[in-house]
Amino acid sequence: MAFESPKERYPGRIREVVVGATRDQGGTRRARAVAGGSSGLQFHRFDAEMPNRPLVAMDVIDTVRVVPEHLLSSIGPVVKEPVEWAKKVDREWGADICVLKLQSANPEEENRSVEECVSLVTEVIKSTTIPLIVYGCGFEEKDSKLMEAVSNAGKGERLFLGMAEEKAFKSVAAASMSNGHGIVAFSNLDINLAKQMNILLLDFGVKPENILMDPLMAALGMGLEYSYSVIERLRLAALMGDSVLQMPIICDCSCAWAAPEALEEDSARGKPEIRGVFWEAITAYAAVVAGADAVIMRHPQAVSKLKASIADLRGGA
Amino acid sequence: MPTAMDIYKLLPKKNCGECKFPTCLAFAMQLANQKVALEACPYVSPEAKAALEESGAPPIRLVTIGTGELAVKIGDETQLFRHDKTFYHPTMLGFVADDADGLDAMKASIAAAQSMSFERVGQMVRVDSVALRHSTGRPEDFLEAVKTAAGGKLPMVLMAEDPKVMGDAVAVCADKRPLLYRATPQSIDSMIALAKACCFPLVLGGASNLDELAQMADKAKKAGVSDLVLEPAASNASSMLENLTIVRRAAVKKKFRPLGFPTISVLGNSESDLMKAALGVMKYSSIVLLRDVPREFLFPLMALRQNIFTDPQVPIQVKAGLYTIGEPTEESPVLFTTNFSLTYFTVRADVEKSKVPVWLLVVDTDGQSVMTAFAAGKLTPESVAKSVETEKVKEKSKRNAIVIPGMVSRMSGKLNELTGLKIVVGPRESSGLPKMLKSIGP
Ligand code: B12
Ligand code: SF4
Repeated sequence: MAFESPKERYPGRIREVVVGATRDQGGTRRARAVAGGSSGLQFHRFDAEMPNRPLVAMDVIDTVRVVPEHLLSSIGPVVKEPVEWAKKVDREWGADICVLKLQSANPEEENRSVEECVSLVTEVIKSTTIPLIVYGCGFEEKDSKLMEAVSNAGKGERLFLGMAEEKAFKSVAAASMSNGHGIVAFSNLDINLAKQMNILLLDFGVKPENILMDPLMAALGMGLEYSYSVIERLRLAALMGDSVLQMPIICDCSCAWAAPEALEEDSARGKPEIRGVFWEAITAYAAVVAGADAVIMRHPQAVSKLKASIADLRGGA
Repeated sequence: MPTAMDIYKLLPKKNCGECKFPTCLAFAMQLANQKVALEACPYVSPEAKAALEESGAPPIRLVTIGTGELAVKIGDETQLFRHDKTFYHPTMLGFVADDADGLDAMKASIAAAQSMSFERVGQMVRVDSVALRHSTGRPEDFLEAVKTAAGGKLPMVLMAEDPKVMGDAVAVCADKRPLLYRATPQSIDSMIALAKACCFPLVLGGASNLDELAQMADKAKKAGVSDLVLEPAASNASSMLENLTIVRRAAVKKKFRPLGFPTISVLGNSESDLMKAALGVMKYSSIVLLRDVPREFLFPLMALRQNIFTDPQVPIQVKAGLYTIGEPTEESPVLFTTNFSLTYFTVRADVEKSKVPVWLLVVDTDGQSVMTAFAAGKLTPESVAKSVETEKVKEKSKRNAIVIPGMVSRMSGKLNELTGLKIVVGPRESSGLPKMLKSIGP
């Protein structure tokens, strides 16, 4: 029996979504980042085209309180200085995108004012040249004012703002639309909820090319298998032709640092810091193998491992 | 499974009734429903018998490596995506000891493989095999290492391209059912003869493409060696993914028999090989062999394997009930948590660190974590109160109080009302428990 290699062709394709704008496009980024575009499963170039490799974004948090001790020492003193941190993300660590998380705005904690937060955003825009994603603190009332101001401060830059959630999306959506920005649509590990979230945004008037989907990445050992399968199912549904699910997927893999096993002291499992780097790298690797078009990461060494693996999966290209 | 019609075509069509069914077709229908055995018909030809057994076999053959309690089963997968049902047989991980490094280094690798076992969410996870390779070193060292490994319990992989050296190695571990690595297009005849003589599973590799690999498998099968493991070419992660995917697809979707076998990926310990090992776990390697790799990597790799091979329908869970940690008395505190394994074992480990004996009430949440169960309405003041009642918590501890997870502080009022217990809101993360338990005292 001669062997004929079974190939898969799908009727659908993942949309290409552009993050950031260069000078020609009205922004100040040195290049734009393009997510998505595949017409097959991720890295299955023997079946289909995969014009863009998965993007690797790195996060910058505006308050050190949420950064584990181990990272404080390995990332260096910059974690106390978000602008310096963002510069490193841009120039030293080779990220495609910088994700600025404005957690200090949280009214139940630091409760930093909208003005202060926005001046940080402006400063980061000035000091970096890669595309930016900006997340609020997760409190609807505060975020609605915050995101509106961020949207204005980043006019022309084609930021992506987040997160839009089922019960709280109108103000972020409005903020993203008013200045031609994009939006990150969050859903909770469920393909139907992901679809529902996209429908809500589309009905509200957000254009499909302005949406990235975040289906919630659970870290290695913390329910990664659920995310892995949700991402695979989302991707397959999109390829089978469900146009409401053809937005690129973005996964926040910095959650790996919150998995107790990543950093616990246990000599049988080796040095926590080195283990933590693998913990994040493998979490992100699983995300891209399952189908993520972009990942958000934190540790520069984990980033370099992932980038090398992505190149390897693309045949060294 | 073949249909009644497929089976009927292969029967003698005598309609003699000796099978206790009036016609061959009636018998075929019973066979298709697995109600009777083929043996009931005295007239089936050996060819038909072989064909029927073959078509009823799983798309990927189940192969056992090693003997005894640590023997590993690989293959017998039926899916391309775990969400379609589940992946059944976790990737077998092994360390390679190479004679190029000398006997001492080989022994060190064998010992390392044997010692790499961890407990994670209540399951033992380990490096489950040890591979001995004859490359550029002395054959005597290789054989000595094989003997050493044969003294342990881990399943073995014998790696030698020279059939003579392989034969000598097989002789030293004849009762161990090692995997033989490997027959190449050059050595296939002698390796098949060897595998046939000892009945050990055999790796087929070194083919320039999958077509050639399939032909090798055909040849081995015709010669009577069917416990095969395939090694498709994998020069980089891209070709590894491609070939493993095509093999799985051909076997599962096209029922292409010559590729219906488990697969193996032999890697080293370079940075890129470590990540390739993770790829193998996710994308269809039945066996991943590595050089002795750091624990810092191995543990997350094993966590990944556990995650990917968890049945999507059933979260890993523990039995609900009242557990003891240390030797609690009437004075000891009571805590509650859920029966999701990850939650239970995380909390348990943190409590153990405190050295304070406690009663741990594990509430049935269908194996969901605290927040998931709370959000889904499976962890309610009512369900906790019921559990307090049935497990007779108030008789076991006289403190008349219960420590609850910080994330569900919202249920305090109602839970107090239902149980009459004083509610102590614990930390949000159980890692804060040692500090808290020490302060509230035994
Ligand atoms: C994996 C996961 C799932 C899996 C389920 C996994 C499982 N078997 O439980 C699935 C996909 C099924 C799922 C579903 C849902 N999920 Co869910 N899920 C998660 C995820 C990613 C991880 C949960 C986990 O395993 N945590 C690890 C365990 C160990 O944590 P834990 O049980 O809470 O235990 C810790 C603490 O509570 C504490 N602790 C535990 N016991 C005790 C005891 C004491 C005494 C003390 C002091 C402390 C303590 O210590 C532990 C270690 O820190 C989280 C997000 C996240 N990153 O945490 C969301 C999350 C829990 N899910 C959430 C939601 C909303 C849901 C859904 C309702 C959404 C939906 N799709 O409809 C469904 C509900 C399911 C249903 N309808 O049946 C929300 C909960 C929001 C909220 N605040 O209520 C979360 C927080 C995500 C989010 N940010 O929105 N989920
Ligand atoms: S015994 Fe065999 S040949 Fe006779 S009827 Fe049954 S199936 Fe047909």
